[in-house]
Amino acid sequence: MAATTTIRIQEQDFSVADNYEQLRRSAAYGAVVTFTGLVRELVDAQLSGMFLEHYPGMTEKALQGISNEARQRWQLGPIQIIHRIGHLQLNDQIVFVGVAAKHRADAFAASMFLMDFLKTRAPFWKKEVTKEASYWVEAKESDQHAVQRWNDQK
Amino acid sequence: MMIRVLFFASLKEQLGTPNVEMETTANRVDELLQQLIEQNPRWKPHLQQGTLLCAVNQQLCDTEHPLAVGDEVAFFPPVPGG
Repeated sequence: MAATTTIRIQEQDFSVADNYEQLRRSAAYGAVVTFTGLVRELVDAQLSGMFLEHYPGMTEKALQGISNEARQRWQLGPIQIIHRIGHLQLNDQIVFVGVAAKHRADAFAASMFLMDFLKTRAPFWKKEVTKEASYWVEAKESDQHAVQRWNDQK
Repeated sequence: MMIRVLFFASLKEQLGTPNVEMETTANRVDELLQQLIEQNPRWKPHLQQGTLLCAVNQQLCDTEHPLAVGDEVAFFPPVPGG
């Protein structure tokens, strides 16, 4: 059976426990790595929350493409990517990436790879909301460098 | 031909609309941009931001990309990631 890739973009919250249970269903895989991203406080501003927007259709395609690339680099089982959109509060879950693989090295590497590419190539835009104002977050160079690292290793 | 043009994030707010359906003679994305600016002069500074990205039928491309009937064209700022 071909390993499945699940991609969901949704406003509602998700359960890491439920996602993990889905990833560990097959005895073919000995490793599951999961990553969860949360809305974090800002150092220099009173963040009260954020708003996330995506490009319906294109975002899903981009995540599917990144997952396919990961499958070419490593031996992977099921992949799950869940990304929330809309209004989020501090400490809310934003993103979940889970990867099952026969061995842990592939699962660790692939989940790191998926997150690095998700941060740069998937069309999501973030608006930070503070008590005084709200503003769109600009693209960060550090995330571009994170992706470059994978290209250098090719 | 009819082309559907989508805008996202800060650009959507600057232009004040998420999308336009337009009848156009443009053969390429850059010509379409030019026509959008001619029809909406107020949009000029926003559509001429050097960092703007474009996609045709949900694939990133450059502004020399050709256009065909029924294409979905999108303009948006660089992606800060999720």
